[in-house]
Amino acid sequence: MLQFLIRRLTGAVVIMFLIGAFTFFLFYTIPQDFAQLSCGKNCSPENIAVIRENLGLDKPITTQFWEFMRGIVAGRDFAVGHCAAPCLGQSFSTGDFVWDSIMDRFPLTLSLTVGALVIFLVIGLGSGLLAAWKRGTALDKAVSGASMVLSSFQIYFLGPIVLGLFVYSTGWMENPKYVPFLDNPVDWAVALLIPWAVMATIFTAQYTRMSRSTMIEQLQEEHVRTARAKGMPQRYVFFRYAWRGSLAPIVTILGMDLSGLLAGGVVTEFTFDLAGIGRLAVESSLTKDLPVTMGVMLFGAFFILVLNIIVDLAYAYIDPRVRLA
Amino acid sequence: MTTLTKTEDTPAPTGPEAFLSVRDLRVRFSTEDGVVKAVDGLSFDVERGKTLGIVGESGSGKSVTNLAVLGLHNPQSSSVTGEILLDGKNLIAASEKEMERIRGNRAAMIFQDPLTALSPYYTVGRQLAEPFRKHTGASRKEAKARAIEMLTKVGIPQPALRFDDYPHQFSGGMRQRAMIAMSLMCNPDLLIADEPTTALDVTVQAQILDLLKDLQQEFGSAIIFITHDLGVIANMADDLLVMYAGRAVERGTVREVLQQPKHPYTWGLLSSMPRLGGDINEALMPIPGSPPSLLNPPSGCPFHPRCAFTEKVDGERCSGERPLLAEGRAAACHLTPEQKRTIFIDDIKPRLG
Amino acid sequence: MSENVTLPEQQGSSDGVRERRELLSVEGMAMHFPIYGGFPFKRQVGAVKAVDGIDLSVYEGESLGLVGESGCGKSTTGRMMTRLLEPTGGKITYRGQDITHAGRRQLAPIRSEIQMIFQDPYSSLNPRQTVGTIIKSPMEVNGVNPSGGRENRVRELLELVGLNPEHYNRFPHEFSGGQRQRIGVARALALQPKLIVADEPVSALDVSIQAQVVNLLQKVQREMGIAFVFIAHDLAIVRHFSERVAVMYLGKVVEVADRDSLYNRPRHPYTHALLSAVPEADVDSASKERIRLEGDVPSPVNPPSGCRFRTRCWKAQDKCATDEPPLVQISGNREGHLTACHFPEDPTTEKTGADIVLDPALAQLEKTADTE
Repeated sequence: MLQFLIRRLTGAVVIMFLIGAFTFFLFYTIPQDFAQLSCGKNCSPENIAVIRENLGLDKPITTQFWEFMRGIVAGRDFAVGHCAAPCLGQSFSTGDFVWDSIMDRFPLTLSLTVGALVIFLVIGLGSGLLAAWKRGTALDKAVSGASMVLSSFQIYFLGPIVLGLFVYSTGWMENPKYVPFLDNPVDWAVALLIPWAVMATIFTAQYTRMSRSTMIEQLQEEHVRTARAKGMPQRYVFFRYAWRGSLAPIVTILGMDLSGLLAGGVVTEFTFDLAGIGRLAVESSLTKDLPVTMGVMLFGAFFILVLNIIVDLAYAYIDPRVRLA
Repeated sequence: MTTLTKTEDTPAPTGPEAFLSVRDLRVRFSTEDGVVKAVDGLSFDVERGKTLGIVGESGSGKSVTNLAVLGLHNPQSSSVTGEILLDGKNLIAASEKEMERIRGNRAAMIFQDPLTALSPYYTVGRQLAEPFRKHTGASRKEAKARAIEMLTKVGIPQPALRFDDYPHQFSGGMRQRAMIAMSLMCNPDLLIADEPTTALDVTVQAQILDLLKDLQQEFGSAIIFITHDLGVIANMADDLLVMYAGRAVERGTVREVLQQPKHPYTWGLLSSMPRLGGDINEALMPIPGSPPSLLNPPSGCPFHPRCAFTEKVDGERCSGERPLLAEGRAAACHLTPEQKRTIFIDDIKPRLG
Repeated sequence: MSENVTLPEQQGSSDGVRERRELLSVEGMAMHFPIYGGFPFKRQVGAVKAVDGIDLSVYEGESLGLVGESGCGKSTTGRMMTRLLEPTGGKITYRGQDITHAGRRQLAPIRSEIQMIFQDPYSSLNPRQTVGTIIKSPMEVNGVNPSGGRENRVRELLELVGLNPEHYNRFPHEFSGGQRQRIGVARALALQPKLIVADEPVSALDVSIQAQVVNLLQKVQREMGIAFVFIAHDLAIVRHFSERVAVMYLGKVVEVADRDSLYNRPRHPYTHALLSAVPEADVDSASKERIRLEGDVPSPVNPPSGCRFRTRCWKAQDKCATDEPPLVQISGNREGHLTACHFPEDPTTEKTGADIVLDPALAQLEKTADTE
């Protein structure tokens, strides 16, 4: 198990490095003077030269890349001061340290993700299980039908409708905004309720369908039949035998969804006019702010890789056959 | 001795010795293509301590029958009618809770492929101990002791250690032994073995079959042994039921059915399988055609489209009238007893070597 | 038990070994599938010795049976004979030509002469092709143009295997299992092969259908003079079909003989155990010896030293662990009856002494039953 972890973590570091290198060099193929961009329209050549030096743009690309990567591990000094590790550089446009900008935005993204996750896991898996348990009944058909319709919705479609209904026309609720959790947990939850509900609706529908279908598949398994043939109660068979087998596919999809959400939901953030990681990514690439783009990419990649490893560990926990291989 | 059985369509009180008595069992599945008559009016009896063999090809309804005995069909997509009397109690009318008390306790089942029939997620020990705790209320410790005792009995080396292994860590033969141990945990009165050795190698099969026989001596359970292999049945069973297209076509003791078979389908089965001692120059005599669709079974005798002897029967009886299976030693066929005897002696027996 | 019983030479049986030309022969043929693992870099940490040095010959027009239990390497052997797999050791000679490591181009003319029939008639036919296309494609690939055209030839083949030639344009799913296996046979026959390797061709079929396919294969083999390697685990079917039979155990041939010798005068303890384990549809078979082995076949990753059967053999002695017994003719056996055993059994399958019950659970249960 330890060997497995070491191997996977080493692999993850290598992949992160490769992603960094790829993004970095790709960005430099754009024929743009970043110093010019950073300085603005009416900028003297002297100023540009100073900025160029401050940003380290006068050095060869490989050196710049090396300094960037080194900064992540060891920290880095800029003209404005020391940037502590993990240092993802300094924004060209705002001059802020990238790590700080990300940390500014991340609580919102994390809040959106966690809130929606709790709702769609509880309701989605729950209604999927219920539909599988009551398979073939009117309830099953209703749940299946509803999830079919809802899963074809999109956030940018559902979001404005909900906003229009609850905020603009009735005024029951305020526009979604971020209130730090530690300041006031109740306000935090109330302010994010609408985006949670909208995100969760779409995910819930997907998880309902998935858990229903994997459960129905598992219930046909021979070992599930054996458990029934032993006289184990139906509920026990359902949760201990069939549910255990459905976990693996659900965990796989969950890992993918979660890393996507944590890396920033661009559509959600724009729909509800919230400033999260996704928005930061879009803005930085529009302004060709290389360090921010790099930082957000690596930040997202980190979650994808870590969640991948967690999913694999979860597999080993769920299925003993994987453990020994 | 012959089992006491009544004619198919007249359910009657069972004989005193029949421990399990199935009367006019019908199992139907509704599918998109129509209703599948998987079992269509089946009656049989099993006596305490005896083995009833049920032989038939795929789709003959032999497995469906036995899942019905334990009430394991999904009630939403299937209908089970008739009477299944286990020690006098009608299981078809029993509630799910009552069935749960019977399954694994009074009647247990051994499945064909132990790799898929045991859960990959739990240890062998847990899967054995579980039903014992449920049915007897034993403690975890008592259940473990019982499981280790049973694993020892079926010949698992180092049972105390293997208790904590997962099924995939067992070899094929060992898995089936564990499955047998599991079925015997609560000392059931009835054991249903559904092709228990089909997935195994021949030398392992021989071990498992002998093991089952020896265990039956010790536990005194009645066994329903389902297989497609007449060789296996000859070794295992006391009585024999031959099934075709969801119906019983011949019944008798194993000796009677194998030595003086009366139904053309049984003849076909026997003469289409080569034997170790048979004459190699004698060509096999296969049954022409293939088994019928149960969505739309043939009229009359279900075997008539593949039967070579229909013209010996007057008129259109084979395709028009369903032959009934009489009590006791019998075959569901319109041929006269005299015809059956002559055909078997003249045409079939010489081929069997 | 006498070790070498002398029997009168050549009992004039019809299936004694006849002088025939060798079609395909393998010498020391081996297939070791590598196992990778290790840390931090993956490397080969072992091998599954699926086939570990076997010698066999197939003669023109004969049918050779290959029996054994799962993991004995019989299917791998078949796949190497058709060169679907490239052996990791030894030599394969087809009509005097070494094809052990022959490349695509070199194999091209031979491929059409060696055909294969597979076990599963459901997965070995492309579901998106019509039966006509399936049977025709070997001819197209090999550029064969029979007189009268390919389509005509396909119709002839369909008729030959007992299918309606009108079904030329149907798809595999429209046929039953037995009929699909007939399609597989027709495809194998399309190129008029000299050798067909049939890997468990009937074991997926119902009993009543098995006989149909066995009869068809037998007709094909006899009427067209095609040599067959018939791989199966069912000893009775192999006996019915094959003139010569080789018994495999854990990647080795332990005994090979003409049908009569192998089934009536076997010498290898494993052959005895196999034959005694076959359940017979006969209520009175008390005269047969009863041998019940212990446990399952060991893993081919780590086969036992010396004789591979020794771990389950009731006659094993120290010598069996150190010396691997060669596959030789034991005195008293017919020519071509080779056995790889240091302490062969008497040449009979009749019951001569007490039962041999090695299975501890069985032995225990039977002991208590006897004492009661």
